[in-house]
Amino acid sequence: MEPDISAVEVRPATPRTSEKKRFSAWSGPKTAVGRQQERLGWLLVLPSLIVVFAVAIYPLFETFRLSFTNQRLASVREVRNVGWENYTSLFEDDLWWTAMRNTIIFTVSSVTIEAVLGMVVALTIHSAFRGRGLVRTSMLVPWAIPTVVSSLLWDWMLNDRYGVINSIFIRLGLMADDRNFSWITNRGTAMIAVVAIDVWKTTPFMALLILAGLQIIPGDVYEAAYVDGASKWQQFWQMTLPLVKPALLVALIFRTMDSFRVFDLIYVLKQGSTDTMTVAIYTYQLLIQSSRLGAGSAAAVFIFVCIGLMVFGYSRLITVEEN
Amino acid sequence: MKRYLPNPVNDLMKASYTGQLSRRDVMKRGGALGLSATMMGTILASHNAAAQDASPAAEQPAGWSVVMPADLPDLAGVEISAMLAADGPGAPFDQAVCDMFAEATGAVVNYLPGAESATERLTFLQQTMAAQSADVDVAQIDVIWPGIFAAHAVDLSDQVGEVEFFERIQENNTVDGALVGLPWFTDAGLLYYRTDLLEKYGFEGPPVTWQELTDMATTIQEGEVAANSAFTGFTFQGGAYEGLTCNALEWQFSNGGGSIIEPDGTVSMNNDQAKAALELAASWVGTISPEAVTGYMEEDARGIWQGGNCAFMRNWPYAYVLSAADDSVIAGNFDITQLPMGDGEGAAHAACLGGWQMFVSRYSENQDAAKAFAKYMVSPELQKARAIERSALPTIGSLYEDEDILAANPFFGDLFDVFESGSVARPSTPSADLYGEVSLEYFTAVNEIMTGAAEVDARVEDLAAALEDIMADV
Repeated sequence: MEPDISAVEVRPATPRTSEKKRFSAWSGPKTAVGRQQERLGWLLVLPSLIVVFAVAIYPLFETFRLSFTNQRLASVREVRNVGWENYTSLFEDDLWWTAMRNTIIFTVSSVTIEAVLGMVVALTIHSAFRGRGLVRTSMLVPWAIPTVVSSLLWDWMLNDRYGVINSIFIRLGLMADDRNFSWITNRGTAMIAVVAIDVWKTTPFMALLILAGLQIIPGDVYEAAYVDGASKWQQFWQMTLPLVKPALLVALIFRTMDSFRVFDLIYVLKQGSTDTMTVAIYTYQLLIQSSRLGAGSAAAVFIFVCIGLMVFGYSRLITVEEN
Repeated sequence: MKRYLPNPVNDLMKASYTGQLSRRDVMKRGGALGLSATMMGTILASHNAAAQDASPAAEQPAGWSVVMPADLPDLAGVEISAMLAADGPGAPFDQAVCDMFAEATGAVVNYLPGAESATERLTFLQQTMAAQSADVDVAQIDVIWPGIFAAHAVDLSDQVGEVEFFERIQENNTVDGALVGLPWFTDAGLLYYRTDLLEKYGFEGPPVTWQELTDMATTIQEGEVAANSAFTGFTFQGGAYEGLTCNALEWQFSNGGGSIIEPDGTVSMNNDQAKAALELAASWVGTISPEAVTGYMEEDARGIWQGGNCAFMRNWPYAYVLSAADDSVIAGNFDITQLPMGDGEGAAHAACLGGWQMFVSRYSENQDAAKAFAKYMVSPELQKARAIERSALPTIGSLYEDEDILAANPFFGDLFDVFESGSVARPSTPSADLYGEVSLEYFTAVNEIMTGAAEVDARVEDLAAALEDIMADV
């Protein structure tokens, strides 16, 4: 007989509707003391508001404004408004769509693999075993290495002439001993190589966030499931996964945004090569190499919109989850 | 800029450097000036450095082999700021020659060490000039920057005088008849080859044409891979970055295929000779060059070369000293020569020019002093000292026959021909401030051709159209 485990489902606390209504109807303090306190409150958050305005809102607005001009970096040329020209020429550029396609391939594959591996790693180190502390610490090493350093490190390991990866393949007899196969420059394997490096580097981050989610699941729900006779497999799919989902979604948001903006990892390995060019590298080349502040800003705004949509999609998922 | 480098600090640095003050006094005065710990560390590290290796001659305060040029003007009471590179080992020499100028003329010279990365220095200078700031009077500019700074420069053609700079460089630095920068020291692409391997396979001398290089590299590689599977024929810079623009321009120009954009502004890209040159280069990938060469930069190529794993390498002169060093396995078994040329009509040797120039800002409040300083820095006397002390390649032909320079750098003798007639400048002067875009389009396209992502004819056609578009905006 199928054991009934719906009883063990735990719902996150949501505010009662009455509370919500009361909050939205609230229109400020009624007493003099209350108003004074409100002023003090504003005064106290003012520094944060100024900082947010200076470092986030103003630059964003400025990028948006620049994207409609032909402004160049530190140039004496006359600046004029060009309307949507930067956007239309961006969308007409084949290289932009190549970069977009590369970015999507990179993001989807790296984030998916990281999520699966991260879950496996998190479940492994969540269980009790000897030397768990050591494993947890050493697991974080790839994440702790600066990206540029790990890129260079992998550049050497994947080097066609001296690289240890090719050495291993040759010794195993899986590769001809001509030392001519280059993982990073071969068009068929370049994307696989950068995804692999990203997975190596950020799986620990994913695992850490999922582990945090796992640790807040109370142990007694598993005891109850055990008593009810649920198998380990059922426990994972019916309990662990739903309960860890909020943490997983947060981790996915972080990683998707990060992957979509990937720059340093690929630029160090491949510079401006088009087979792994991402939208961030494309934008960098417009902004810095070509000094085209206006056109580069248009690309940056488009990336901002894409990431905005992704975050919106994820937060809808979380809301659906909570209700 | 000046306010970050107040003069008391410069004086303290100098006093410390020449050993005029004891360490304790340096620390006391540094403390009184409120210097940061890092700055104090820098100053103390330099303490007494000059005095320790000072030569007996008292008029050479820093001990460098500098002979002062004659005819230096009297500039008492004038203050100028010079933004030079900040490469660690070069800084003491630059500081010393600034001080010597100050001493001889009575001017105050602020040595402003620029950022280490040339790109960052470019951005900083562009911003300074766009703001019409008088903070920088003199600056060192890259060979591809004259077009960018022409609008902000003082014409220096009246400072050339009797000095005979290499024509190609002076031409490169001239924008609309005005000399934007005085040629200071230079750089050019060279062919490095293994003398022992050429002899082993019965070749009389280095290749003269690219086809000869291809054939020789094929023969040597076929013979060597049996014993050394990592061996390859030819390495160069094929990554998608500025270095590929230099390499590909050499292939194209040396085959009579034009210089991407001619000095008069016409695009010379979509022609059979340029295509043939690119096609030959693309055929090297995976045959006489590793597949990975499409990602190589200078140091990747040198890594293979200096490990004794290739027969030929295209690189800049800096690799010579390193390849000849005691710890190099190929020391004594290599030489350099001009890069090969093509066999099409108008083929000629072509080494891409690099190097630095002295620029004087139009917004300087002391232009005469700034001009005198620039002229002093590029004078034959100072270029000779820089060649001896810093292995910098002079921009004056006669210095390549100078015995003292050749004693310090024996290989300089072979380079005269390269600069005299066998060099090519990147099209930075005709494309002015849009050179960055031109180079980006060019190296992206060539890299696609090299990796096989694009086919030569169609890609070159697209590239030519994109270059026409850019040039329409110049």
